[in-house]
Amino acid sequence: MEAGCGKGLANLPREGKVRLSSEAKSSESYVEKPTTIQELRARISAGTTKAADLAARYYDRIAKINPHLNIYLSLTKERALQQAERVDALAAKGDPLPPLAGVPVGIKDVLVMQGAPATAGSRILQGYRPPYDATVVSKLEAAGAVLLGKLNCDEFAMGSSTENSAYGPVRNPVDPERVPGGSSGGSAAAVASNLAVATLGSDTGGSIRQPASFCGVVGVLPTYGRVSRFGLIAFASSLDRVGPFAAKVRDAATMLGIIAGHDPKDATSSAAPVPDFASESDKPVEGLRIGIPIEYFAEGLDPEVRTSIESGIKALEAAGCTLKPISLPHTKYAIPTYYLVATAEASANLARFDGVRYGYRSPDSDTLSGMYSHSRDEGFGAEVKRRILLGTYALSAGYYDAYYLKAQQVRRLLAEEFLRAFAEVDAIVTPTAPTPAFKLGEKTGDPLAMYLADIYTVTASLAGICGVTVPCGRTSAGLPVGMQVLARHLNEGTAFRVARAVEAAQV
Amino acid sequence: MTAKVTEEEVARVAELAHLQLTPQETGAMLHDLNAILDYVAELNELDTAGVAPLAQVTELFDANGGELRPVEFRQDELRSSLDRSTVLAEAPETNGAFFKVPKVIDR
Repeated sequence: MEAGCGKGLANLPREGKVRLSSEAKSSESYVEKPTTIQELRARISAGTTKAADLAARYYDRIAKINPHLNIYLSLTKERALQQAERVDALAAKGDPLPPLAGVPVGIKDVLVMQGAPATAGSRILQGYRPPYDATVVSKLEAAGAVLLGKLNCDEFAMGSSTENSAYGPVRNPVDPERVPGGSSGGSAAAVASNLAVATLGSDTGGSIRQPASFCGVVGVLPTYGRVSRFGLIAFASSLDRVGPFAAKVRDAATMLGIIAGHDPKDATSSAAPVPDFASESDKPVEGLRIGIPIEYFAEGLDPEVRTSIESGIKALEAAGCTLKPISLPHTKYAIPTYYLVATAEASANLARFDGVRYGYRSPDSDTLSGMYSHSRDEGFGAEVKRRILLGTYALSAGYYDAYYLKAQQVRRLLAEEFLRAFAEVDAIVTPTAPTPAFKLGEKTGDPLAMYLADIYTVTASLAGICGVTVPCGRTSAGLPVGMQVLARHLNEGTAFRVARAVEAAQV
Repeated sequence: MTAKVTEEEVARVAELAHLQLTPQETGAMLHDLNAILDYVAELNELDTAGVAPLAQVTELFDANGGELRPVEFRQDELRSSLDRSTVLAEAPETNGAFFKVPKVIDR
């Protein structure tokens, strides 16, 4: 197992002080479309491509590009090559190959792989090598995937730009002066720059959908409970979800089909049957009723993003969908609700990082309570501390009713509003983010401005419904725009169908 | 809900959360927390009397006509778990059988 590539994990800056060097090369040289899963599998089956050679080519490309974009935090080469050899042995025997045979996949560094570093983008987990695999990791490998390494992200998945990583920000492959979005910025950027064919991320308030939009790839928010979270480093347990990224909708659907399903190790995982999402995505959209919520097209939406999304909506109409304007009047309360619920849960989940059982322990204290607080102060970055404090405050005696309870009540209003809407429409389409990718450093000084980058994504997080972000045009500067397609609980298939239609229209 | 947080409250909350803040950090957090709390005060516009709090969403699937997760408890039987030495190998300090921490009580 190799530790960090590009940056040594040991001598990192204290936090957030990473130099934003302007060494950026001409941007388009980083962007490359991966071959589809279907095509790769066909080549490996036919023996025209060896899985081991394919993995080696990906590691070469990572070695070349990663120093510029900081996408991977660590590589799992030995494990990947062993897996690739197993796939090649199967292919040589002419045995039927599993659905992801030889497909190079990257894993967000909030999911654990046995023996590989798991930092969650934080100093406090520096050096930690978990003794087990996340369920989604086991499922991908059982399906033949070759897991290349661990992907950079905001610390504990808290952020919208990947600038909160203790290991330095990820740069957007489309324009390295811009952020890739976050928190799963590494996962989105890896697909956009073909440093993996598909990746896994996690989404608590938009952390898959928003970076997918910023990097011009497909990102999936599965229904709450659809995918096991065993082995996911928890942020906010009533909101956290694991989901895939890919360049194409059908590949993202294939990935979800493999990682979805009940897991005895995760009591919150759903026992609902898992449909063949890839086949679901093949179905035509004719006759589907598409809701357009007026609140998502109001003040604050970048005019070029609006134009792109409106073109996508016209394409859906041309494909035979019925458009229906709808209203979701509680939308404006979603960000405050989200930040109270998520920080309260985070303050409880992050209590486990105390310097006792794993990760960083401060050497500066000879009492237990001093060791806790020094380890946490030195180990956590500013945004994580801010959220722990806000969450602790919102849960503390005298404030619980005013903040946490109030937020949970509004959460119900927001969720019920979606249920009412889905009685009349099959899917809802919106912009994924109010703007295209912003510049590095642009919002780091203002936490509230950063939170507003999630204004269109936190609603679905609170309601537990599913969604897909699909590329939908570009701005005049060439920055990707993503459309968010939302569907009711357990109806990912509908979201994939609509996303396929937008993709096919090449907006 | 619009009450301003004081420096003492930030210090108290930091203590509850086992965070040792520097004076500069305390000042910055005071500013940020007040800005965020001002913003979330928007929720006061909504009358939520009689609205049941929603702590988790799976109950909604039923209301939506979706498939409810059957209540299915696993058998209460012994299963193997991670080996003690494997787990302790990740700890900052152990005596081979337990996690070691600094002194809890001074005497």
